[in-house]
Amino acid sequence: MVNIFAYFIRYPNSVRSKILGCDLHRLDEGPSVQTVLTREDGLRYYRTMQTMRRMELKADQLYKQKIIRGFCHLYDGQEACAVGIEAGISPTDHLITAYRSHGYTYTRGVSVKEIMAELTGRSGGVAKGKGGSMHMYAKNFYGGNGIVGAQVPLGAGVALACQYQGKNEVCVTLYGDGAANQGQIFESFNMAALWKLPCIFICENNKYGMGTSVERASASTDYYKRGDYIPGLRVDGMDVLSVREATRFAADYCRSGKGPILMELQTYRYHGHSMSDPGVSYRTREEIQEIRSKSDPITMLKDCMISRNMASLEEIKDIDATVRKEIEEAAQFATSDPEPPLEDLCKHIFYNDAPLEVRGTHPWMRLKSIS
Amino acid sequence: MFYIRVTVRDALNQAMDEELERDERVFLLGEEVAQYDGAYKVSRGLWKKYGDKRIIDTPITEMGFAGIAVGAAMAGLRPICEFMTFNFSMQAIDQVINSAAKTYYMSAGRQSVPIVFRGPNGASAGVAAQHSQCFAAWYGHCPGLKVVSPWSAEDARGLLKSAIRDDNPVVFLENELMYGVPFEMSEESQSKDFLIPIGKAKIERQGNHITVVSHSRMVSLCLDAAAVLAKEGIECEVINMRTIRPLDAEAIETSVMKTNHLITVEGGWPQFGVGGEILARIMEGPAFNYLDAPAVRVTGVDIPMPYAKILEDNSVPQIKDIIFSVKKTLNA
Repeated sequence: MVNIFAYFIRYPNSVRSKILGCDLHRLDEGPSVQTVLTREDGLRYYRTMQTMRRMELKADQLYKQKIIRGFCHLYDGQEACAVGIEAGISPTDHLITAYRSHGYTYTRGVSVKEIMAELTGRSGGVAKGKGGSMHMYAKNFYGGNGIVGAQVPLGAGVALACQYQGKNEVCVTLYGDGAANQGQIFESFNMAALWKLPCIFICENNKYGMGTSVERASASTDYYKRGDYIPGLRVDGMDVLSVREATRFAADYCRSGKGPILMELQTYRYHGHSMSDPGVSYRTREEIQEIRSKSDPITMLKDCMISRNMASLEEIKDIDATVRKEIEEAAQFATSDPEPPLEDLCKHIFYNDAPLEVRGTHPWMRLKSIS
Repeated sequence: MFYIRVTVRDALNQAMDEELERDERVFLLGEEVAQYDGAYKVSRGLWKKYGDKRIIDTPITEMGFAGIAVGAAMAGLRPICEFMTFNFSMQAIDQVINSAAKTYYMSAGRQSVPIVFRGPNGASAGVAAQHSQCFAAWYGHCPGLKVVSPWSAEDARGLLKSAIRDDNPVVFLENELMYGVPFEMSEESQSKDFLIPIGKAKIERQGNHITVVSHSRMVSLCLDAAAVLAKEGIECEVINMRTIRPLDAEAIETSVMKTNHLITVEGGWPQFGVGGEILARIMEGPAFNYLDAPAVRVTGVDIPMPYAKILEDNSVPQIKDIIFSVKKTLNA
């Protein structure tokens, strides 16, 4: 539906926006508190966040219908993090995260269709149904990782490859407040700092590691300071512009050869830890509602755009309708696409290798694996 | 025929040197690999030649640097990750299995991990329980990994080159006691493109009476035992596995169908071990009907490794144990 009024209303192309300053650790200066939001960017961030939101809510629905099974860790509430980070880096940069990964899979270029079909375990899924929720990959996106904290050394390794190959690329390495106490993360900090790896470590602090609040898990909840000798900043993770500015700042820092940097994004998840966690035994419904009404990232961006006359309510509603349609179509595909054929069972054990025999469930079942 | 004598250590060193020269994406990281020339001197001279970028000394943080190596492999490099001994790889085993081995499958072929994890494995001399475990069975258990266990200098050279050129995660199990052992190597094996295929066993000694299957240092003991037995008219066919996973069952079956008798010899613990797997495969395959006696395993004693020399010596198979087991199997 074309909004013919759009042709007649003149929108400012961009506005200056003031964002919240960041808490700094071992940094004399932080990201600028002034930023410019263009109409084009604003609409794009809105649409992307809304798509992610609707995609996650659809996944919730499909899970309750038992069409998605196993683990499903939803990202709704945290959209500003994924979108803001992507806005602060380039597609040629690299990113790795843990298991709450559907949002990043989308911002790193995988279609909603392929994400949903992977959740439903179909052959049209981005990993052909063989990976599931936590194991989706794309160019310069290394998943989706199931073992808490393991992705952090991996990310530092990607950063090492960036440095080694000299292409001025950085790696964004994400982890949660729960993972922040993992020993291997401190091992990664040490090597990244020693070797000045272009690694942006980002802690998405959504206040709860599964059912354990940050106060009950960490002796220090100043996650942006936990890198010790690594400079850090604490950012409002519910504001997409704050996240973008902080990411730009961090990426510049890394690209200048100064070594790694750490960002803590203060954010919130509306769902429980996973679909098997109602999410209300360790926090109050009031708390969840408070965030929804006062700090929702999508609502905040929408209000900002409308109040600054950068978009009309009509336009926003159009976008919402388009997104809803896209999600419906993706869900249609995800529920109707066939499961992978049994012939795929043993494929992809080794890359670039001769076919090999794989033992089945009994000695008479001799299966074949091809690369 | 032209032969030169090369120790296993030098064969490994040369293999790495040549592969570093051949492909600039190859690099080595681990504890003491650079300025110390390697804890066991396997990487001697490499840092001097290639510098800090290609030969990297790591802090003592196995889980971290193994993960970093895997990440680098995912992003286009070809790391050789050294564990000072495979005992320390236990700290990093999640990265080897969950981040390296399983990723190509989980990503349905989008993300490959061309990495080599290498270092000494198994019993040494007097290093006691925490430093003497054999990991062949643990790594050999996992799909997505290739697990290689060289014996001779030729094995070391050809298999390490193959491992480095392989686009998949390879666990390369060396043996500290073999590092200093010299072997004669043919001129052909000195070529820069000399490769031994992963997954193929080698018959080190032909024989008609009994098949003796082994890997790594134990192959030496099997050959020594075979020499003693030959004097009594017993001819052993000694098979050097070379690769633990994928296991060359066919080579073993072919031999058993000829000799009708089988023993396996390994340094590792008996339960759920390499020998157990071989015996199970023989039971399930065409060679079973050719056995004239039950196949048995010769293994390390089922205890943590003791320190005192007399105890340690009696914790791993000795030549007399192999001879005894051969004779018992043939008389059964």
